[in-house]
Amino acid sequence: MTIYLPIAEIPVAIFTIFAMGLAVGFISGMFGVGGGFLMTPLLIFTGVPAAVAVASVSAHMAASSFSGALSYLRKGLIDLPLAGFLLAGGLAGTAAGVGTFALMRALGQVDLVIGLSYVLLLTGVGALMLVESLRFILRAWGGKTPAVRRPGTHGWFLRLPLKMRFRRSRIYVSVIPIVAIGLGIGFLGALLGVGGGFLLVPALIYLLRVPTQMSVGTSLVLTLVTMTAATILHAAFNGTVDAVLALILMVGGTLGAQFGARAGQRLKAEYLRLLLALLVLAVGLRVGFDLVRPPADPFAITQQGR
Amino acid sequence: MAARALRLLIALLAALTLASAARAERLVLSVSQPQVLITSNFTGADLVLFGVVEDRAPGDAPYDLAVTVRGPQETFVTWRKSRVLGIYVNTDSRTFVDCPAVLAVATNRPADQIADAAVLRREQIGLSRNIFLQRVGSDFADVVPDDPFRLAFLRIKAANGLYVEEPHGVTLLSPSVFRTSFHIPASAPVGTYEVSVKLFREGQMLTEAHTSVTVRKDGYGQELAAFSETHGWLYGLSVALGALLVGFCANILLRRD
Repeated sequence: MTIYLPIAEIPVAIFTIFAMGLAVGFISGMFGVGGGFLMTPLLIFTGVPAAVAVASVSAHMAASSFSGALSYLRKGLIDLPLAGFLLAGGLAGTAAGVGTFALMRALGQVDLVIGLSYVLLLTGVGALMLVESLRFILRAWGGKTPAVRRPGTHGWFLRLPLKMRFRRSRIYVSVIPIVAIGLGIGFLGALLGVGGGFLLVPALIYLLRVPTQMSVGTSLVLTLVTMTAATILHAAFNGTVDAVLALILMVGGTLGAQFGARAGQRLKAEYLRLLLALLVLAVGLRVGFDLVRPPADPFAITQQGR
Repeated sequence: MAARALRLLIALLAALTLASAARAERLVLSVSQPQVLITSNFTGADLVLFGVVEDRAPGDAPYDLAVTVRGPQETFVTWRKSRVLGIYVNTDSRTFVDCPAVLAVATNRPADQIADAAVLRREQIGLSRNIFLQRVGSDFADVVPDDPFRLAFLRIKAANGLYVEEPHGVTLLSPSVFRTSFHIPASAPVGTYEVSVKLFREGQMLTEAHTSVTVRKDGYGQELAAFSETHGWLYGLSVALGALLVGFCANILLRRD
């Protein structure tokens, strides 16, 4: 069964898109990542123009992150003050990212920049997380108690001025690195067309030592706000938000996210981190493989203004 | 505008000379569906074109027909990847200006049997002889037919089903009545599709006729697209609110605690 997308101006198989939404929603609910770094490439692969894919996925991510955030909020797994500082940096970073994106497009190499950034970021972050979570799991298997979190012993940047206590996360750190992290995530998110959850969750866990579950819940808030803003901006300035496509993705995505969130809360935190590490690493290697593999057809056509 | 006026004048003059020769074939065309509406279950449309040659002089050699359908014009960029420092990147490109998004050519027999190469090229019969303007510096020009970018452009368009050539696509039902069909693919853009029919006999073009098919969106899809174009902010705001509502409902409906 196919349905014609009025903005994308192509017909798509409705159940394929729905299944993709379901699968990506499950992953996004489980790890608290927006899933944009999976969904956007999948949609482009099915023939949706890249600009429409990026814009419609942001609406889908707004829906699924809201649904996920509500679940975490009820369980008290969201640190709202922390989310607020992250957002302050995040919105400024988003604006800077959009500007840089326009500059890259003018220089004509935006695809290459996106491809390379994906590879470096995903493989880098993925490898770091993989090593860390494996070390943790092996240590637990060896009968030794995993090292207890000792706040204050990590990172000089946490001891900068403007220290604040975040009760929920049980951390007492400077707000400067928090705003900086938000800035970086917002910048990369806008540049790469992703929500940034897959970067923010590890950043909160490893840099700020926020508990895993709290990192996931708090990152959902950032995804929710930036993606809602992105949806409105894309619709207003580019006219590339396809409401029909977004609706199919949303229904599939929110359903999937509910089950994913439950699966995630049942899993041990260290295994959750291991799985996310493997997923991020796999996507990074896949994008990298496409860059170094000789293309089946060295030629490609793009349409101006799409 | 001047070019159009000139063309009109030439056409009129041609008609006059033909009329004075007291024997001028005229083409009458009828397309099965002058308007194609894209609704939510649109998967493409098959159109049939009927035509009659009027004022046929009997006993002469048979007619040949070439039907060309050209979709809305768009500008495309053909990119070529090559290896730089171990990775494949777009290193070279050509811009094809105002090319038809859809191009379908049908003839009653292979074009090279209808007329000689010069006539075919002048009348743009066949995919390879259609003029595709490339941006060359600040100028525009078509290039040699075996230019790799031009070949790649045609090949990819054909692979996507947007450019089609059918050497036996026109059927002559009688010596002066013909029929052809063409397909408007589901991924085709909305707009006006120009249909041009050229009549040949013994390697010479006698006359041509034009008609058109309009492809447009209809139903809720059309309303949605129009709303998004005219009220971008409002549209974005409603989609965002809708998204939050879907998220909220899913959370409420599926909560299990």
